Amino acid sequence: MNAPAYNFAYLDEQTKRMIRRAILKAIAIPGYQVPFASREMPMPYGWGTGGVQVTAAILGPQDVLKVIDQGSDDTTNAISIRKFFAKTAGVATTTSTDDATVIQTRHRIPETSLHENQVLVYQVPIPEPLRFLEPRETETRRMHALAEYGLMHVKLYEDIARFGHIATAYAYPVKVNARYVMDPSPTPKFDNPKMDNCPALQLFGAGREKRIYAIPPYTQVVSLDFEDHPFEPYRFNAPCALCAAENSYLDEIVTDDKGSRMFVCSDTDYCEGRQAAGHHGSMSAAPYKEKAQGEANG
Amino acid sequence: MTTIAELPPGFVDKVLSAQSTFRSVMDAMARPGAVQRIVPMAGTPDAMMRGTAAIALTLFDHDTPLWLDARMSESSDVLKWLKFHTGAPVIQDSSIAAFALISDGSLLPALERFALGTNEYPDRSTTVIIQVDGLDAGRSFELRGPGIDGVATLQASIRPFDLFERLRFNETLFPRGIDVVLVADDAVVAIPRTTRVVSKGG
Repeated sequence: MNAPAYNFAYLDEQTKRMIRRAILKAIAIPGYQVPFASREMPMPYGWGTGGVQVTAAILGPQDVLKVIDQGSDDTTNAISIRKFFAKTAGVATTTSTDDATVIQTRHRIPETSLHENQVLVYQVPIPEPLRFLEPRETETRRMHALAEYGLMHVKLYEDIARFGHIATAYAYPVKVNARYVMDPSPTPKFDNPKMDNCPALQLFGAGREKRIYAIPPYTQVVSLDFEDHPFEPYRFNAPCALCAAENSYLDEIVTDDKGSRMFVCSDTDYCEGRQAAGHHGSMSAAPYKEKAQGEANG
Repeated sequence: MTTIAELPPGFVDKVLSAQSTFRSVMDAMARPGAVQRIVPMAGTPDAMMRGTAAIALTLFDHDTPLWLDARMSESSDVLKWLKFHTGAPVIQDSSIAAFALISDGSLLPALERFALGTNEYPDRSTTVIIQVDGLDAGRSFELRGPGIDGVATLQASIRPFDLFERLRFNETLFPRGIDVVLVADDAVVAIPRTTRVVSKGG
């Protein structure tokens, strides 16, 4: 299956060595952003070039790869990256969270609990959590060196002053192993608790910004908050319209121009798994009816 | 004199062997204390274990200044093999080394002499690879820290005997520090700077 013109998993060996060394340091210093010599990839920045480079550096022929984009296995970005590695590395791919050994993700953590033999690779657009508060790299670097994170608390406080609650809904800052404040990538804050004490290794790759960072398995990850305004994950107050799940993260889908909308699981594998197990939501009737009709006619 | 043809060989399959070796080292670093096996084998020059040789072929290149202990740096076999297969520059000044290879723990210099990184760039530190007698039997050590679910127990016969006492300086240095990779034949265990070790004796 290997395309003859490219090395296994696309990247050349020298690049892989460089990325691998960065990954080892990232794991040794949880939450610290290790600079690396990010390469141009055959896709534009913002489409997961960082995640793709990390995946290419760790992927082997025995791996089973799953790629999700906002929880979905079926979007353009997810399909393209999955096909890219099927072509350049010949690896098996899957949409099942349980069967995957490497999961590359854009902006979600799967609903199904991860296990020890898995690596979760995040695509990260802006790795520096302090960047919008302090544009100078020299300054943010010094702030991390001194663990000077007062500015981030001021930002969360300003949310409370303005809106009455912490209004940050995604890319919600976390503190890793009680030291580094880290950007979890633009995952909804609903997913933050899943990062804490996770059995799987979590790797983060930012291609344009040239940073790799990591959370080792079983590492404490705490969402920043205040005693009187504790962290709260947010979820639309509705069951999934397809599988009736009450505890999954939901996408809001506008269904007409009269304000109708439906809420469905963002994690397609989780939702399909539940439907296959017989769970049905309020709007999952259509395929079910078609089948019943076909049976009646036949 | 050894010619290139007489040098011990590198990996049979450069690409997949390096990938497999890296995953073992990555898993070791992510789960301190857990023993990982290095499967792919390469030729080993005198004084180098199989695991050490595989790690060298996987991680070293012209970008990684290398510091060798006395036994390794006196072996022309080792020097030629490293030069031919990895191209990594061997340096005398341990404080700028990306990796250090210690063939025999009794030759380990004071850890302060290696690169510890800076508070701004703690990743610019030496990864010290130490060959030890065994990672399946010997004294018990209790390990805690990121990557460990509660407590991990490592049984190892290690020299220097006070290695883990010496590594305590990682506690006060953090985020600076030294990451250690222990190798015994094809077994590998990593002790990153976040791991705290309590000796249980025995």
